[in-house]
Amino acid sequence: MTLIEPRIIKASSGYRGGRLVSRPPLFVWIPAILVLAAMIVPISYLVLRTIGAGTETFELIFKPRTFDILTRSLLLMGSVSIGSILIAVPIGWLTVKTDLPFRRIFSVITILPLVIPSYIGAFILVIFLSPKGILQGWLAPLGIDRLPEIYGFPGAFLTLTLLTYPYVLLPVRAALIKLDWSTYEASLTLGVTQIQTFIRITLPMLRPAIVTGTLLVALYALSDFGAVSILHYETFTWAIYIQYGNFAREVAAALSVVLIILAISLLYMESRTRGRAKYYNVSTGTHRRQKSIRLGIWRWPAVIFCISVVSFSFVMPVSILVYWVIRGISFSEQLTIPWSQLGNTLYVSGLAALVAVAAALPIAMLSIRYPGRISTLLERCSYIGFALPGIVVALSMVFFVIRYATPLYQTLPLLIFSYLILFLPAALSSINTSFLQVNPKLEEAARILGRSQLKAFGTITLPLLIPGLLAGASMVLLLTMKELPATLLLSPIGFKTLATSIWWATEDAFFTKAAVPALLLIIVSIIPMTFLVSLDQKRKGS
Amino acid sequence: MYHLSNFPKLKPIFMAIWLLLIPIASTACSNSDTEMTADSTSIISGGIPVVNKADPGNLIIYSGRGELLVGPIIQQFQDATSINISVKYGQTQEIAATLLEEGNKSPADIFFASDPGGLGSVEDMLAPLSNEILNLVPEWARSSKGKWVGLSGRARTVVYNPKNLTEADLPNDMYGFTDPKWKNRIGWAPTNSSFQTMVTAMRATWGEEKTRNWLEGIQANKPTTYPKNVPQLAAVAASEIDVGFVNHYYLYRFLAEEGETFSARNYHPSAGGPGSMVMVAGAGILSTSENPDNGQKFLQFMLSKPAQQYFARQTFEYPLLEDIKTNPILTPLNEIKKPHVPVSKLADIRGTVNLLRETGVLP
Repeated sequence: MTLIEPRIIKASSGYRGGRLVSRPPLFVWIPAILVLAAMIVPISYLVLRTIGAGTETFELIFKPRTFDILTRSLLLMGSVSIGSILIAVPIGWLTVKTDLPFRRIFSVITILPLVIPSYIGAFILVIFLSPKGILQGWLAPLGIDRLPEIYGFPGAFLTLTLLTYPYVLLPVRAALIKLDWSTYEASLTLGVTQIQTFIRITLPMLRPAIVTGTLLVALYALSDFGAVSILHYETFTWAIYIQYGNFAREVAAALSVVLIILAISLLYMESRTRGRAKYYNVSTGTHRRQKSIRLGIWRWPAVIFCISVVSFSFVMPVSILVYWVIRGISFSEQLTIPWSQLGNTLYVSGLAALVAVAAALPIAMLSIRYPGRISTLLERCSYIGFALPGIVVALSMVFFVIRYATPLYQTLPLLIFSYLILFLPAALSSINTSFLQVNPKLEEAARILGRSQLKAFGTITLPLLIPGLLAGASMVLLLTMKELPATLLLSPIGFKTLATSIWWATEDAFFTKAAVPALLLIIVSIIPMTFLVSLDQKRKGS
Repeated sequence: MYHLSNFPKLKPIFMAIWLLLIPIASTACSNSDTEMTADSTSIISGGIPVVNKADPGNLIIYSGRGELLVGPIIQQFQDATSINISVKYGQTQEIAATLLEEGNKSPADIFFASDPGGLGSVEDMLAPLSNEILNLVPEWARSSKGKWVGLSGRARTVVYNPKNLTEADLPNDMYGFTDPKWKNRIGWAPTNSSFQTMVTAMRATWGEEKTRNWLEGIQANKPTTYPKNVPQLAAVAASEIDVGFVNHYYLYRFLAEEGETFSARNYHPSAGGPGSMVMVAGAGILSTSENPDNGQKFLQFMLSKPAQQYFARQTFEYPLLEDIKTNPILTPLNEIKKPHVPVSKLADIRGTVNLLRETGVLP
């Protein structure tokens, strides 16, 4: 075991890597502070609105019902997080490290639920699994008259877990691909069993990926409205939307402040558990060609596991969408492909992905290369937007921009900026995970040899970060593609995306018209995902 | 191991990404801006170039009604007047919240809302309308302050599954649903603003006490709560619930999507009362509007024969002009025993929300 131990060096021993420069350079600081300033927009709006509220508002907040809502939010958050880990870690390991049959297809399909909007996912889940849903119809010959109630916790848990586990899967995959094979082999050579090796070697190495991914899942569960409203599970975000619906802006703002406090405590806890272990290779690391682990007879349970996840999270929604389209055609409904919406969707989400990655990079660099109170605070702050319901962020932008930056109101840059506030952590988490695996000494060596700081970073570290950058960009891409509240409220007038088309159609019960853009959304996201996965395979082989 | 030669000169890419970010974050990127305007006008005008000698001007509509429902008729208005129209679609309640945050800087000229509650919440931001427009519709279909006007009518209804029930099984009044025999059979959507308007009508016709008793009676019957109308209809058709309290027109959308076999039908309580109330979707002109004349033209057009016929035929709503025929598949308006509730009383959404909170229906 001594062979393995030094690879995880505890920083508590005071080892700081003997850095050449202890202060972060300007090209990291300035963008990082700009990003922080952006996060302040929604918070200050909420504080303003809450202060403006009367005592009546606080009576509405401090009552037993709010406590129930809090408990429910926490329960959902916790269970969805655990559920996501239990799905994502095995799938990640199976699709990256083993000889799982059809693993390329599984690699792509298991990530795609990320692009299914939660209100569609929930709506379809109800159609399928509700007491008298499609599944009950199949089981009726067996004498099953009614399935157990799906509304409330079970439905919300199921929908959110099935749609959010890819947040854990993406960073876990990225980490597994970069995982040093020799550690694993050394462990096996020393006679440790496969399972023990996984638990003692692989899992600890995956910890940062799992933790950052799970944080995203937890915050998503906290801020989701689509699924909890359709499945009627009263969480904080649900209550916030309901207050806006009742024209009680102040109550909504005050509830959002509570939500932020909840998110901040979560972020604090996460940073406490993160620890200071280092995850990079101390040696130069000979990445030998990796052999896949042979699953043997275990391949069949593994395939069944993957198939069952995929059938609920992907096949079920897609087949219902396809059914809607076929039914529409049989009623001779005219189907048109919404090209302009497709173009708009790709344009804004591509831009958002690019901007988010560019903004996340300096923050990741700051928090990992220059750990300290301020850089940690900065990194933590960037997660707040993700915890907030989209409508809160959108209204805060309306409030500030129309007053202090009128020409920007309802423009594309504003929309992209709002996406940045909402989705920055998605990019950040992947980049952070990659960053942790890069040995800072490589860059330091380049600096000793006379390269400038920027050049050393650009030529040494950046290339090593590419898997993380791509994973982060694709996560933001998929998130933006389905984003709704900010797109509805902040986009330039007349600007339509696939997500807004889907929303309108389901809202007014035009199911066929909803299915076409929804399928299109899934189809176009297959392309970047396939690219990402094939890049992974290539990288692993090289 | 990565060979650096595989990634030559990544620094310029990194810098380029940053250069891209700066203009986007700091100033309106004029290039993409014009691109978008061009794009949106071509969508809205349907590719018809708007050539005009006397500039017909602009009109910005914030629509709380969906594009699939009102888009075609707005398009007709644009074709008829050559006015350069931009529409922002959203949910009525969220658009109302946006208007309140925008305040007097709002770019909107028209707020087209799906219910009187949405219009009422921003009534202070609306300009008084001329009697010429207001008098086009009956008194129950317009703002008591003359700030907005109804453009189409919709009825509250009870949706039931004809496979399980007949109209004779249903109570003749909404209060009948508090009977314990309806336990576990009801669906409702208390967060839905049309539902809340019905509760406001209950308060106006029954009084606070009876309305409270009704809410508590329904809750005692353990209703299934839905976020809105559409899933309630689906649940009725699937026999998950026996009855749902909804607006009338969703049924006809389902019949259009799924055919006549869709197992749900509408019932208007035979003794009338708040359960058979008829309300409106309507619109008003913002007092900060820069195009109030075009706004007036828009309202006049929406209350013209072709537009009212459109609502009757295409969206299955009730036309508000007397001489326009109701869609034959709907229950005629004069067969629905609608309660007499003054519009001024319907504006009291706040009182209803408070009652819903006190009874624990809403948080």
